[in-house]
Amino acid sequence: MDSVSIVAMASIITAGICMGIGAIGPALGQGRAVQGALSSIAQQPDERNSLTRTLFVGLAMIESIAIYCFVIAMILVFANPFWVYVVKKAGG
Amino acid sequence: MEIVGIDQISPDQVIFFTWGLITINATLVYTWLIMGLLVIGSVAITGNLSSERTMSRWQNMLEVIVGTIRQEIADVAKEGADTYFPFIGTLFLFILLSNVFTFVPGYVAPTSSLTTTAALAIVVFFAVPIYGITKNGILEYVKEYFRPTFIFFPFHVMGEFSRTLALAVRLFGNIMSHEKVIAILLAVTPLFFPVVMQALGLLIGLIQAYIFAILAMVYIASATQTHEETEHNQKKETGPVKI
Repeated sequence: MDSVSIVAMASIITAGICMGIGAIGPALGQGRAVQGALSSIAQQPDERNSLTRTLFVGLAMIESIAIYCFVIAMILVFANPFWVYVVKKAGG
Repeated sequence: MEIVGIDQISPDQVIFFTWGLITINATLVYTWLIMGLLVIGSVAITGNLSSERTMSRWQNMLEVIVGTIRQEIADVAKEGADTYFPFIGTLFLFILLSNVFTFVPGYVAPTSSLTTTAALAIVVFFAVPIYGITKNGILEYVKEYFRPTFIFFPFHVMGEFSRTLALAVRLFGNIMSHEKVIAILLAVTPLFFPVVMQALGLLIGLIQAYIFAILAMVYIASATQTHEETEHNQKKETGPVKI
């Protein structure tokens, strides 16, 4: 197998693994956060507005970890620096 | 109609024309379009405000928007909400408009480019110490970095940088990933399903604009709130919980 196909294969497989494993943690975290917020709203419906605002900010914080993984996966697939390097080397 | 190809992750790569050293790409064009729309719209609407019993529809719309933003800021900032209103309101309206216009064919959100979001995050990065120093003085502001002990100083500094990075990458990642998802769906299942995802995109754009503005407000509020104030607030006893 030449180096171009090795780099392509490694990038694609790593992108998939990165997204897959990276989504586990934020998914669990968001589930717990929503669960806590829902039970709080059920106990104190008057505080719904501030609870919802805090929930959204917290969810954005948790979600950003999954977004980092996604950005890295996108870079690996679409804007891989090693890919450009290897193609330049192979081309001459 | 997609002007960003499926293999391009940023509208920076879509170049309209080059003139010497100046390169005009899609991000620049649409950023200026949004800015012009905001400025012209605001000037046109606020030109004939009325305090009579009847007012124009546009004024009514603007009052609702401005009132909601002010209320949200007041909820977070507790005091001096009008000081932060121009900054936070501008951030929110700009991001909201640039996200929401994605349903227009041929448009690509400037926030789906890392350059735009990095610029916005850097603005927030500098706004936090500026607001903090003007409110509490430079000594009180620097003291916050050494609480509770001086060991925490590097962590505070690291936090400043990492949250700026997070602010930029979060907005960029959300909007860019959404555009990519729609581009992929258009290739796989055309016609119906991408429309549903576009509708979801409006919601995502709204939430991301809200989150960006509210996070900027939270950062500024944490810098302007002195330590004594926080302790004072915590001492307030809350009433018994009614179930």
